[in-house]
Amino acid sequence: MMRRDECLKTLARHVTDADIVLPVYSTAFDWIDIRPHPLNYLSHGAMGLASSHALGLALGRPDKRVIVLDGDGSLLMNLGSLVTIGEVAPPNLYHFVCENGTYEANGGHPIPGRGNVAFAGFARSAGYRAVHEFADLKNFDQQIGAVLAEPGPVFIDLKIVSGGPQERDYSRIHGPQVRKAFREALAAR
Amino acid sequence: MQVGTSAEAATLHGERVIREIKASGIEFVISVPDITTSEGLLRPLAHETTPRLIRICKEDEGVGICAGLAYTGKRALLLIQQTGMLDSINAIRGVAVEYSLPICMMVGLLEKEPGVPPRQSKRYGVRIVEPILDAMGIPYHEIEGDADLGRIKPAIDEAYAGSHPVVLLIGRRPS
Repeated sequence: MMRRDECLKTLARHVTDADIVLPVYSTAFDWIDIRPHPLNYLSHGAMGLASSHALGLALGRPDKRVIVLDGDGSLLMNLGSLVTIGEVAPPNLYHFVCENGTYEANGGHPIPGRGNVAFAGFARSAGYRAVHEFADLKNFDQQIGAVLAEPGPVFIDLKIVSGGPQERDYSRIHGPQVRKAFREALAAR
Repeated sequence: MQVGTSAEAATLHGERVIREIKASGIEFVISVPDITTSEGLLRPLAHETTPRLIRICKEDEGVGICAGLAYTGKRALLLIQQTGMLDSINAIRGVAVEYSLPICMMVGLLEKEPGVPPRQSKRYGVRIVEPILDAMGIPYHEIEGDADLGRIKPAIDEAYAGSHPVVLLIGRRPS
């Protein structure tokens, strides 16, 4: 298992200024402190829709890498998106799931099928071009650069544990200023 | 709204609806099949290269996809059934309404009686649609016949100009 914040710091070293990143819930609060950037797309509503927003962005901006940092609970709410993404097959979409086995943002209750569900298997069956799993930070650090150079859609299952307590100011995710900043940054790039 | 009083009101030609969709600058149609629009709209759209058809598993996915596309400046239409719209209320609430995004939905009204306004339908699942949209503050337009085709492009243009959702209710099977 990797600490999520350490994992995200490693990933951040490989994310460029041109990339769009969609972090979800608890991951979002870690990510916006680790890599504050106007091309962080934070407002995806609820109920697991981040991967669908990511598909729309990937279709509309094929010149950009679109990186979604999903949660395992979130992905379970929108499993069909794996099949849709597999069929559309956008080469610029990188779908990470931070798997900690809990609905962390809603009290830390276990997800159904915790420890038994194979998210990588779902993605493979849905038709993602490449699927990876990482549970070791050193291994992740060594390989993530090459993974982000593969043609998408690529699915990456990160076996993580929370990095600790968070300050969750949801206006940093849902506030209109966040969407305005993203809209302007995307139009400018 | 009075309907069913002329030949124009009594017929809805699918190819004319598609012409209006194209004239509205729609580049992507995102869809779960709906029996009302299946033959007259979805099947012919599947043979088009523009707009590009994206088949999805569940309607709320489409709300997210349309949102992402909207940020990139691409116009999209979510072609679904009212049952799918009702299933996606939370996504529409959060993404389309509260984030003020131009999510344009073309919604087939399953089992609505042709020529009967949705609020007067004998079907509960049809009658409740417009009151729910009213409660959510979402503008909508009834597309019952060819006489209503002129509503499509202005509705979509206005949704993008004002960055708000809109629903186009398809009240009969397009021929």
